[in-house]
Amino acid sequence: MSAVIDHDHAHGHHDHHGGYGGIMRWITTTNHKDIGTLYLWFSFLMFGVGGIMAVVIRAELFSPGLQFVNPDFFNQLTTMHGLIMIFGAIMPAFVGFANWQIPMMIGAPDMAFARLNNWSFWLLPFAATLLALSFLMPGGAPGVGWTMYAPLTVQMGMGMDFTIFAVHLLGMSSILGAINIITTILNLRAPGMTLLRMPLFVWTWLITAYLLLAVMPVLAGAVTMTLTDRHFGTTFFNAAGGGDPVLYQHIFWFFGHPEVYVVALPAFGVISQVIPAFSRKPLFGYASMVYATSAIAILSFIVWAHHMYTTGIPVSGQLFFMYATILIAVPTGVKVFNWVATMWKGSLSFETPMLFALGFLFMFTLGGFTGLVLALVPVDIQLQDTYYVVAHFHYVMVAGALFAAFAGIYFWLPKWTGKMYDETLGKIHFWLTLVFLNMIFFVQHFLGLAGMPRRIPDYPLMFETWNKISSLGAFGMGLAQLLFLYIVVKCIRSGAPAPQKPWEGADSLEWTHLPTPVPYHSFETPPVLH
Amino acid sequence: MTQNASTHGRQQHYSVPQPAPWPIMGSAALLLMAIGGVFVMNGTRAGWASIGAGFLLLVYMMVRWFGDVIRESEGGKYGGWEDLSFRWGMSWFIFSEVMFFGAFFAALFWARVYSVPDLGSIESNALMWPGFAPRWPSAGPAFEEQFTPMAAWGIPAINTLLLLSSGVTVTLAHWALKENDRRQLVLFLALTVALGVLFIGLQAYEYGHAIRELNLKLSTGIYGSTFYMLTGFHGFHVTCGAIMLTVILVRCIRGHFTPDHHFGFEGVAWYWHFVDVVWLGLFIFVYWL
Ligand code: HEM
Ligand SMILES: [Cu+2]
Repeated sequence: MSAVIDHDHAHGHHDHHGGYGGIMRWITTTNHKDIGTLYLWFSFLMFGVGGIMAVVIRAELFSPGLQFVNPDFFNQLTTMHGLIMIFGAIMPAFVGFANWQIPMMIGAPDMAFARLNNWSFWLLPFAATLLALSFLMPGGAPGVGWTMYAPLTVQMGMGMDFTIFAVHLLGMSSILGAINIITTILNLRAPGMTLLRMPLFVWTWLITAYLLLAVMPVLAGAVTMTLTDRHFGTTFFNAAGGGDPVLYQHIFWFFGHPEVYVVALPAFGVISQVIPAFSRKPLFGYASMVYATSAIAILSFIVWAHHMYTTGIPVSGQLFFMYATILIAVPTGVKVFNWVATMWKGSLSFETPMLFALGFLFMFTLGGFTGLVLALVPVDIQLQDTYYVVAHFHYVMVAGALFAAFAGIYFWLPKWTGKMYDETLGKIHFWLTLVFLNMIFFVQHFLGLAGMPRRIPDYPLMFETWNKISSLGAFGMGLAQLLFLYIVVKCIRSGAPAPQKPWEGADSLEWTHLPTPVPYHSFETPPVLH
Repeated sequence: MTQNASTHGRQQHYSVPQPAPWPIMGSAALLLMAIGGVFVMNGTRAGWASIGAGFLLLVYMMVRWFGDVIRESEGGKYGGWEDLSFRWGMSWFIFSEVMFFGAFFAALFWARVYSVPDLGSIESNALMWPGFAPRWPSAGPAFEEQFTPMAAWGIPAINTLLLLSSGVTVTLAHWALKENDRRQLVLFLALTVALGVLFIGLQAYEYGHAIRELNLKLSTGIYGSTFYMLTGFHGFHVTCGAIMLTVILVRCIRGHFTPDHHFGFEGVAWYWHFVDVVWLGLFIFVYWL
């Protein structure tokens, strides 16, 4: 079997950057690796911005009473923190992975629509600009929460309009990106790369892309209705005109719940690459993983009202959505089982990617369990809008998705840069992140159960201890990410050269068929697979 | 390369376009339009300048970007493999558009099935809106003025006929293209554009009539909201579709496309059919029932 493709083709493609140099290379690039890099750095930047907001939020909550920010600004911070972390940090991070990895994993020359791919990325900084501008408007950024519920959104100042347009641009970016990913996967696979031979990461992205296509336009519709309610006299969310504020929530959560799987599925994909590699065993139950992922995606469309148990839906509705939600635990359980079974009797080693994957496994499962708790109507009526919900979704989004992103970065960084990161520092980063993360969020379960409401800058004295611990954890978590930045920069600048396949058990095409670092253009002719 | 070129009997080189400045130009245009839009909506008329600049930039960007694509296509850069990508891409783009309309249809159904009946329920009558009778079309309990809902069997029915026939003519044009009958192609395509433009004209006339004579406005409660937003977005899509058809018409006149290589034509035709189907939904649920 010919392992590594020789890249000095005779057939003349142009120089690497097609004529543009310097900054213009990055602005005009159509190369999936460049665009992946852009996504990842952008994501890191947004992670920093959203992180600073989180630190300010936690500083305010360090003690009862009002210290640093006024309640209005506090609300603006929680809103922007949520929007930036979801749309600016987590989603682009996984699109970055998709860009780098999908073409290499399926033996494609690039993404199917390379120019469009560039646009998907370059919409993001402009959307971020709109979000940032909203802070400068009279009245500041909207303080409505990332869910942007009507009728509050109808009453906000100009900042709300900026946010709405930002959401439109973010949605466009996601839709164009999803079309690209679907087309790439369906049409650009190398001969022999049948659907059921694709690495699971590719599968999860295929399904995620469908979720995006189905729900991002719906979100665009929801915020468009908000916009016309604000400025053009429509009454979609106004009962006096025959509309209904609850309608907003239905439309939003029809988007919102699949959206959490947009965040989660690619994370599952990364974990499904990392765990087998460090267990030196193929993924257990590959086909069942594919089916479970599809089942999760389909079910995710019929559970949205579990976010609305307390906003006035009939009991029959509550029951339906409760059972549907609990049903999702079945395919999710299949996945967790398969990951554990992959490790069973494997020859395990615990490099940084594996540590993050294990961290993911434990804590994502915990987040799934609290999700089940919240899915129960009688319980949720108590817990809705408390810190318990905040704890739940941070376990799935941060301990879940973010940990998977870290696992992926450490896993593929050697391949992308051709250099190894510092293993010791990586492990330190993992342990610091793990400890601080649990400091921040574990105690929030207690706060929520005791009744502390979310999105409020003040609280009674009895909550002080847990809040102090949580805030200290947040400061530590922030600092630990500076270490991450250092590790990445150090790796790029002066890491030791990496071999073609630094991870013994890794078996997808980028490891087996491409040299390290991967050449700028890979698989311009499809690889031969057996 | 040669060794596997023969083994799989499929095109071996997928053409990946060169770097281009158009995407970021498009983003900049949208940013300008968004900022301008916010200012205009909040009463600062200077925002129009920004909207205008952004719009011009957007048009320029599209002309150049599509120009590149057309040149690449006519230059023979796209074979069957790329063609298939375009097909997937266009299909899923249309799917996303369907979901966008879905959100507004959902609002319509919600209002008709839940919110308006709820507002007329006994509790609501007793506590909030005494005397409000839930009837569709409704502009909600607080709407004082009289308005007349849009009747289905006037202009809307004619419009339905127009759009459906335009679906037929575009298909006839397609058949002609496949037979390489260029005269018929241009003829039927021109007819399609004409029907589309006629539709838009009638729709505009109907809006004028609704606002002036029926007192039916965007702000006429939930009926006005759903009516204008659904038909408005549809009209916007028809307008885009008509422009796209016109571009294709010009390309046909200039001799672009061959009987077996014409996805540009087909993509637009698909889009046109999509607009057609949405209209059927509108006609049934907005105008008729
Ligand atoms: C077994 C799987 C899961 C179940 C049963 C579940 C259930 C729930 C329920 C019932 C709520 C509503 C709580 C309330 O507002 O009172 C909720 C909130 C939330 N969940 Fe999950 N969830 C699951 C997995 C996930 C995953 C994988 C993610 C994201 C990666 C996620 C993200 C969120 C977010 C962001 C919220 C809060 C939204 C907000 O109100 O701001 N969940 N979940
Ligand atoms: Cu949910």
